[in-house]
Parts: sequence; structure tokens; C-alpha cells
Amino acid sequence: MDSTTLIAIASIVTAGLTTGVGCFGPAIAEGRAVATALTSLAQQPDASATITRTLFVGLAMVESTAIYCFVVSMILIFANPFWSHVIAQAAGK
Amino acid sequence: MRLSPDEMIFWQHGLLKLNGTILFTWGLMFVLVAGSALITRNLSTDLKRSRWQNLLEIIVTGIEKQIEDVGLQDPKRYLSFLGTLFLFVAAASLSTIIPGYEPPTGSLSTTVALALCVFIAVPLFGIEQQGLGRYLKSYVEPTFIMLPFNIISEVSRTLALAVRLFGNMMSGALIIGILLTITPFIFPIVMTALGLLTGMVQAYIFSILAAVYIAAATRARPPKSASDN
Repeated sequence: MDSTTLIAIASIVTAGLTTGVGCFGPAIAEGRAVATALTSLAQQPDASATITRTLFVGLAMVESTAIYCFVVSMILIFANPFWSHVIAQAAGK
Repeated sequence: MRLSPDEMIFWQHGLLKLNGTILFTWGLMFVLVAGSALITRNLSTDLKRSRWQNLLEIIVTGIEKQIEDVGLQDPKRYLSFLGTLFLFVAAASLSTIIPGYEPPTGSLSTTVALALCVFIAVPLFGIEQQGLGRYLKSYVEPTFIMLPFNIISEVSRTLALAVRLFGNMMSGALIIGILLTITPFIFPIVMTALGLLTGMVQAYIFSILAAVYIAAATRARPPKSASDN
């Protein structure tokens, strides 16, 4: 198995795993956050503006970790420096 | 597979490149500035006013109220900066309706530039409000050991602002592009609608986070000792 194949396999597998596993945590966390926000909205409907705004800010912070995983996957698939290097070497030969 | 509007090159001359990001950013700036100038030409203060003036007033007072809710005492000082951030990112994502347009916030350059503006604006507003000494002292609160962590948190939340906006916008554009090659009729329209929604939410989040950071930097702290510094 030469290095080109190895790099391709590693990139593809890692890209899939990164997004797949990296979306577990944020999804669970966001679900719990929304559940708690709904409970507190039911208890205090007057504070709904504050609760909603804080909920969205918190969701954005949690979502960013999922976005980081997605960006890494995209880099591995579309802008992979190792793959470009290996392809440039193969083309140069 | 095009990853960002940076790769749409319209004109090239040596090192100078006119790519999609620059073109669409300047187009957005032109539309926003010219639209506002046209609408605010004859402002009226009585009940009889044009629809566009009404729309602008709703938007401006809405943003001002949000800034005040976040905890900034004097919203009019920060309204221009935060309002511009919100309006630019919102307009950038709403204009996806126009065919052939790619949101310039889908390029890392634009989002890093916006995040750097926030990074510079937060200490500026903090120093303006509290004075240089008290603002710098806030970095060593609560203890001196927190100094490197406070600095790292400043840098990392700027980076997070940039990557969050870039990731959301790029993923929206990418998913629509991929779906167009698979099921090119109804489904991409649904995904475009979802992309519009997330674009507006991200615009709101970006400006609210900038407001929260500014509020944290300008929060008046009670002096620790009786003497002023």
C-alpha cells in the first residue's frame, strides 16, 4: 500500500468520523439546553425575551464546536494539503 | 467543488484579483449605503411618513432595544458599530435570493475581518469608558494568575466568532451546491430557505455576541479602595 493510497484512506475515514462523532456532543447539549429553556419559559413567561435571547446565544456557542468539526472535515476532503503534496509529487514524476 | 466565493475570479491582472468576495462585498455596501441615503433624504417627524422610513425606524429602534437589553447603558454610542455588523451580515445572507450571488461571509477573509473589527473595538470601547488603567487592570482580575487565560480567551473568542460565521455560511452554500447535482428541483429550494433562516440567526448571534463582549469590557466596576486612580 503506497503513501498515496494511505493518505487517501486516512483522509476519507477521518473526514467521515470527524463529522459523525463530532455532532453527538453538541446535539445532546443543545437538546438539553432547549429543554431547560422551555421549562423556565413555562415557569416565568414574562421573562421570555431574556430567556429566548440567552438561549440563542448559548446555542450558538455550543453549535460552534460542531462547526469546527465540519470545517475540519471539509478541509480534509477539499483542501487537503497532504493530498495536494502527494498528487503534485506524482504529477512531477 | 467551489468552497468559497474567493474562487470565483472575474478579472485578473498580475497579482490583483477581482474575486467574488470583493465584488459582492462592494455590491452589498453600495446597496446598503445608497438605499439608506435615498430613504433618509426627507425625514418627517409627524405621523405621515413613507413606508421605507417606517421600516428603517423599526429596524433601528429594534437594534437599539436589543443592545440595551444586553446590558449596555448608553445604546446610542454602540448602535452604529453593532447595527452595521448586524445589517451587513443579515443583508449578505438575505441576498442569496438573487441568482448567481454567493454570500461574501462564506469566505474566511470576510469573517476574520469582521471578527478583527470586534477584537479591536472591544478594548477601544472599554478604554473609552473606563480609562486605560482600570481597563488593563480588568485583565488581572480576579487574581494575577488569570492574566494569560484572559488574554487567551480574548483571542479564542475572536477566532470562534470568525469560524462560526464562516462555517454556517459556507455549509449552507455547499449543501445547496451538492444538492443541485443530486436532486435539482424542489429540495434545493427547501435548503435555501433553511440557509436564509440560519443566515439571519447567525447575523443576530454575531452582533449580540459583540454586544456582550463590549458590555463585559465596559461594565463599571466599583473602585476597590477609597482613593481614585
